[in-house]
Order: sequence, then C-alpha cells, then structure tokens
Amino acid sequence: MLYDVLIVGGGPAGLGAAINAAKAGASVLLLDENHLLGGQLFKQIHKFFGSQDHYAGWRGIDIGQKLLREAAEAGVKIKLNSRVVGCLEDGLISVYEEQTGKLIGYKSKKVILAVGAKENAVSFPGWTLPGVMTAGAAQTFANVHGVLPGKKILVIGSGNVGLIVSYQLTQAGADIVAIVDALPGISGYGVHASKVSRLGIPFYLKHTISRASGEDRVQSAEIVQIDKSFDPIPGTEKQFKVDTVLLAVGLSPKVELATMLGCDFHYEPRLGGHTILHDKNMETSVKGVYVCGDLAGVEEASTALEEGRLAGVAAAESLGYLEPSQALRLKKDIWKNLNELRKGTFGEARRDAKEHLLTMLKEVGSGRVV
Amino acid sequence: MFHDVGSKGYISLEELKAKEDYPTVERLEKGPIAIIECLQDIPCNPCQDACPVGAIKFSQQDITGIPLLDQEACLGCKKCISSCPGQAIFVVDYSFSEELGTLTFPYEYLPLPQEGAELPGVSREGKEVCPVTVVKVEQRPNLNKTALVTIAVPKEYLEIVRFIKYRRDGVSNE
Repeated sequence: MLYDVLIVGGGPAGLGAAINAAKAGASVLLLDENHLLGGQLFKQIHKFFGSQDHYAGWRGIDIGQKLLREAAEAGVKIKLNSRVVGCLEDGLISVYEEQTGKLIGYKSKKVILAVGAKENAVSFPGWTLPGVMTAGAAQTFANVHGVLPGKKILVIGSGNVGLIVSYQLTQAGADIVAIVDALPGISGYGVHASKVSRLGIPFYLKHTISRASGEDRVQSAEIVQIDKSFDPIPGTEKQFKVDTVLLAVGLSPKVELATMLGCDFHYEPRLGGHTILHDKNMETSVKGVYVCGDLAGVEEASTALEEGRLAGVAAAESLGYLEPSQALRLKKDIWKNLNELRKGTFGEARRDAKEHLLTMLKEVGSGRVV
Repeated sequence: MFHDVGSKGYISLEELKAKEDYPTVERLEKGPIAIIECLQDIPCNPCQDACPVGAIKFSQQDITGIPLLDQEACLGCKKCISSCPGQAIFVVDYSFSEELGTLTFPYEYLPLPQEGAELPGVSREGKEVCPVTVVKVEQRPNLNKTALVTIAVPKEYLEIVRFIKYRRDGVSNE
C-alpha cells in the first residue's frame, strides 16, 4: 500500500505529526524501532513545564498515553520493532522488521523524520568499565524496566537531563553522591537544582571526571577541578566510592537518515550539533521530506510535539487534505505555542538558533527530489 | 539573571526576601500564605491557573514572567503547591501555635512519612536544621501523585527549613 505519509520515529514529534496528518484525513504509517511508542515520554515521570496548551503540570508518561489514544482514534497505522535502515534514491524507505527478520521497502508521498537525538559521551580512563553509562540509559533502566542501575552514583552534567535523572534515581532508591559540571554555573533549571539540593546532593562546578576505577566494574571515580582553559588543576582531585557513573553531557540530532535522503544540514552547537535545515513548515531542502523534534535541533519534548504537529499539518495540506486557510489557522496556533516555549533566558538561544536555521535554507526542493 | 541558584544549586534566603512579593511580617503572622521560590524566567504558568482567587500574577504578559504573589489575596489554600512542576511553592503558617509554625511542601517519595513522626528538618541546601514533627500528609488524585507534607517547625527556623531528611529503607548508603 502506498501511504500518504510515512513517519519514522514514534516519540512526541512523530506522534504529533501522525495525529495531525491522520486527523486531516491522510493515511499515515508510523514506524518505530522499539517495542513501544512514546520515545522518551514514558521515561518522563516528572511534571512538564509550560502552559495549559503545552500540557503543563502533566507528567510525560500521561502525555504519552494521551497521544497513543489520539493516534489510535485518528487511525494511524503503527509498526513497532521496525528499524529504518536506509533511504534510497528513488524514495524507497527500507525497513528491517525485527520479528520476521525481513527487509521491507515502503514508498509514500511524504516522509516525516522524527528520529530524535542520541546522547553524547565524554571519554576518560575507565570509561569503558561496566557501570559507566549515559543518564538516559539509567533512566530507561529505572523508569521503563524497573531496574535500579546503581546504588551509589556520580552524575556528570548539570543540565536538566542530569538534574532530573538524579532526582528520579533518588526516588527509585539510589544515592547520588555528587553532580559535576565543567562550567562555572548549573546549566539546568534552578527549580530542578533546588530539588536535588534539598536532598543534600552537592554540586562540583568547574570540575570534571578524571577517571573511573574498578576490577570488573566501577568501584570508584575521581574528579578534578579545572582552570579557565578546562585543564585539570593538579592536587584538586577528589575520590568517590561509587558503583555507577552517569554521563549527562548533551545530545546530538540523529541526522543519518535525513542526510541519506540528501537533506541539507548545518552545524549549530546551540541545537546539539549537525542539524537538518527546514522551513516554517518543517520541510527540508528535499521536497516532501519533513523533519521535527530533536532531529531538527535538540530542545524539549514539548517543542518536539509542537514541531511534529506542524509537520503533520503541513504534509496534509500539501497533499490537499486541508484548505490553505484551514491549515494556516492550525499552524498559527502551533507557531504561537512554539514561540512561547522558546521564551526566557533558557529558550532564547534555541529561538535565535532556530531563526538562523530558517534563513539558511535556500528553498524547499533545492536538494534532491524524492 | 541566574541568581545564586545557578552557582550554588539553591536559592539563598537573601535573594528570596529581596523579591518584591515576599510577604511582610504582619501578613505572615496573620495565617497561611504561599512562598513562591521561583526566580527564573522559564516558560511556565500552571500556578496561575491553580490559584482559585487569582492571587498569582506574572511579572510579564506572557508565561515567561516570574510569578508574583498578591499577599493580601492569598488564602494559603495550598492548591498551587502540587501544580508547580518545579516543586518551588511552599505554604507557611506562623499562626499555628505560640512557638511553632507549619511548612507545607511537595513530596514525591515513598513511603510517605507518618503523621506524628519526628524527623530532621533540612534547609534549601539539604543541611539538617532542627527536629520537626509531621502534622499532616495529604495524597489524593487531584494532586497528580505529588503528596503534600505539613510539618511543625520552631518559628525561628520556618524560613530556613524546606524539606525533611531524605532517607529510606532497603538501600544502604554504605
């Protein structure tokens, strides 16, 4: 079957895109490599920020459940355990189906990529020892599988991911011994930092991890103070007896599929690195290919959902399922929501970077045509 | 812009008290009132919608403003506490007794503390301050899994204590 819209990735962006495209009347196939939809939403057991329009006060897991219901009601066709392994020249999307072991080719009129981002790591002596993992991995262990990944944990990175995961692991019963950051200030929200401070968890700013040690797994970790050029200051080392070291040092968009399709990209550190260029409709330099969510620049789950909705509306409009005036009304609401989420000291850099990206896209269709 | 919370990890009492909406001594003595410990311009406003009397206003038109409390209008009803995704709202009541006031704070750990239990009260930076007594523990569906714990605190420590010492059974720190 030839679908109107094929969406890769069923996190908040992909779900938002699927729901809005299907609601408009398009036939939608949503592919996800995992055994569950929702992306990171079902790991987000905390309450979200924003306003009522952004599900503020809702926990991520509950937003995920609501989106799954909406996708089912809208008639979105879902295939799980299905990994897109290639995007071929003639627009064929090849999908590896885990259960059957088969490689299946799909064609669609529009493609929306919502594959998200991957976590960054830092390397140091001992970083390959069992017990060193990313914060997202620990969050998956604890919040999806109900497994506590460690009992005494050192966290590297004071962004919102590091702060939130630290808090959640204390809820699960772990002891966070310290949160370390190379920068002189805490990167995440003050309210998240305050929650872990009340638990007595110390911050070591202008510090970095210098090694993890242990026989078969992490048994201790050493941090060291760094100077203005980020060089270690000898004699400032501190040891912690820990069984786990978590790395919460940022995310990078997963641009591989988009670049396979020929979408133009740009290096934008404020959005996580290599970022796919797109217009106000989330359409890329390749006509008919849209990006949304962390792939289009690492932000929040709430912005990912809005960008997904935008891509879904735009794809449905270009297929003729929405009148331009109808589509414009929907898009205006979404743009308003996105603008609100990018306000304030924390959002400004992302907003500026996004605006810069919009100016960099020469024109939709300037790249290869699917 | 990032205040002490960005360098220390917690708000200092000085900067909190410097905020224009920090209640006067007269208002504090009258009865329960919310203390909103939110100083950063993050886009977030559920507290405004949660307040039944419209006592929470924003420093700007949009949701990025800093929440400001109208101290005369605030009833101290506690509805804003669980609405705050940042767990940054507390309710203090200096009228509880001669020597003691109460602090109500959001709590998301299990097991919940028992009413009547005596526990160490801790400060914003997690330091033990003084023993406190749990006087009330509220958990119901509309709190969306954030319990409200009310503790009795000697009045001289009521602006310092913000939490109870976090400890649990089953997981050893050693």
